Amino acid sequence: MRLSRQAILAAVTAAMFAGCGESIDPNEPQGFIQAKGSDTMVNAIQMVSEEFMKEYTHIFVAVTGGGSGVGIASLINKTCDVATASREMKPKEIEIANKHGVNPKEIVVAFDGVAVIVNKNNPVNKLTIEDLHNIFTAKATNWKQFGGRNLHIVTLSREVSSGTHLYFKEEVIQLGKKDSRDEFSNDTLLLTSSQAIVEEVAGNEEAIGYLGMGYLSDRTKALKIAKSGEAYPPTIDNVLQKTYPLSRGLYAYTNGEPEGIVKRFIDFTLSPTGQKQFIETGFVPVRTSPGEEDAQSSPGGTVAR
Amino acid sequence: MPAETNDSTIRTSIKPQALALGFYASMKRLWRRISEPIIESCIRLSGLVVVIFVFLIFLFLLRDSLSLFRHYPLTQFLFGHKWLPISDPPQFGVIPLLFGSVLVTLWAVLICVPLGVGSAMFIAEVAPKAIKNVLKSFVEILAAIPSVVLGFLGIIWLGPVLRDTFHLSTGMCGLTGSLLLAFMALPTIISISEDALTGVPRTYREAAYGLGATRWQTLWRVILPSASSGIVAAVMLGIGRVVGETMVVLMVTGNAPAIPTSILQPLRTLTATIAGEMGETVGGSEHYYALFAVGLVLFVITFIINFVADLFLRRARK
Repeated sequence: MRLSRQAILAAVTAAMFAGCGESIDPNEPQGFIQAKGSDTMVNAIQMVSEEFMKEYTHIFVAVTGGGSGVGIASLINKTCDVATASREMKPKEIEIANKHGVNPKEIVVAFDGVAVIVNKNNPVNKLTIEDLHNIFTAKATNWKQFGGRNLHIVTLSREVSSGTHLYFKEEVIQLGKKDSRDEFSNDTLLLTSSQAIVEEVAGNEEAIGYLGMGYLSDRTKALKIAKSGEAYPPTIDNVLQKTYPLSRGLYAYTNGEPEGIVKRFIDFTLSPTGQKQFIETGFVPVRTSPGEEDAQSSPGGTVAR
Repeated sequence: MPAETNDSTIRTSIKPQALALGFYASMKRLWRRISEPIIESCIRLSGLVVVIFVFLIFLFLLRDSLSLFRHYPLTQFLFGHKWLPISDPPQFGVIPLLFGSVLVTLWAVLICVPLGVGSAMFIAEVAPKAIKNVLKSFVEILAAIPSVVLGFLGIIWLGPVLRDTFHLSTGMCGLTGSLLLAFMALPTIISISEDALTGVPRTYREAAYGLGATRWQTLWRVILPSASSGIVAAVMLGIGRVVGETMVVLMVTGNAPAIPTSILQPLRTLTATIAGEMGETVGGSEHYYALFAVGLVLFVITFIINFVADLFLRRARK
């Protein structure tokens, strides 16, 4: 017993010295990466970073959520290395970033469908984008109008810091029109997390909410969504083939072209192991081969809209 | 023999002792003369620091709020009916948030004041010693429950219960928030009121009983009025806690920025707005300054509450 304890002690000391020796070695990548932003992506990015830290034991990655807006704001305030976002940066944000000396570089890391969920007891199975628009702007307020029961519709949304909120606002509330003045109705509940939306929908027959596909579970029912023709459920195939109308990219932003350990992290995220984590958390991988051609990326400051 | 030696040793040793004592006493006098001003100025300084901090906070809030009004008209902020911070152009009407905060606070106070003062009366005057001790420690435990935990209970349990009881379309409404806030303010109100009630001199009680008053008459007409200043202070502190509480309202009130007409509707408070939106704002943006302006409104409200409490306390003392 005593011997083995000594052996362990010796081994630990040796490991510590070995560690010291390695950390002096300049060839070994080491450091600290702060990844911040999208709540939609936080679970996936956390899993990616855990795999990443297994491979690069001297790099520590801290992953925090808060919403896409939070990530972008902290990239501009230079308090994070990688901002994750479930929406593109707005031209205004890029302008502010440039003013702060930050040159955002956009990388698409995965795709996602925004699912619309209702209670499992709700007989409604499919809606059109137009229907969703009417529901969330309170032009339609009863489930009866959509073939459901005679019940009031309670609309649930994420807080304004959420990228999903902004995406939904652009695509559904404003129907993709830039000059639209439509807003979420005043009565829309703004909840602080996707999980809170799941809880409320699971327990409330009148509720309807939206969230990233990664949060779908058998506690709620995802609706089929139609743009003009047929209605499609939010599945990986439908998002990949763009038949599901509420599909979007998931982005990572860095200050300038990623370098050093940040580049390693981004490359790892796009590698098969990294992409696998997105699939496991319910998202859709980018189809391009990992490495150089970051799908649809464009240099900072001139992000195509 | 031994006595003599003892005497001599005492006699010889007294002198240096007395000398030391005298020296010590004079030093003590000196120290007292110096220390008194030092301690006094320390205390004065700490008093001033508090004032300076409050003043600086106010200045800071004012500076950043005024930056908003360079781009955004003050009247639209104060009387605007819409809070649409990320729209283009944004609208920062504080009215829905103000009404939300006021409504939630009002109901929380309506619920917790009678309950809190009532239990304080029971604990201080009626309960036998054993029960009293148990109750007091439970009140302390109540104060130690983190607000996030209460918010979680609100989402999972209280919200759905209220929805089913009142046949609401959602449990995320003002009343859920008010009930939880009342629960949070209870420990403050109970312990301070209880202190005030216990502090009423024994002679008052004895005089009342001597005049033939019943226990209830004594409690209601003698003890309660004499403790009223302490009770008002307790209530005001409770209100302060309710107005400023953030986590619970952010989690359970639904945060819909509509002007609430009933407590059974979802509503959005000033504090929840700051907490919910601060993370995404970029320093120096209009939205950022708007949140500071909301903070200023909150500051003014708490200032008014404290001012009124102070007026009451002074009147009670006269």
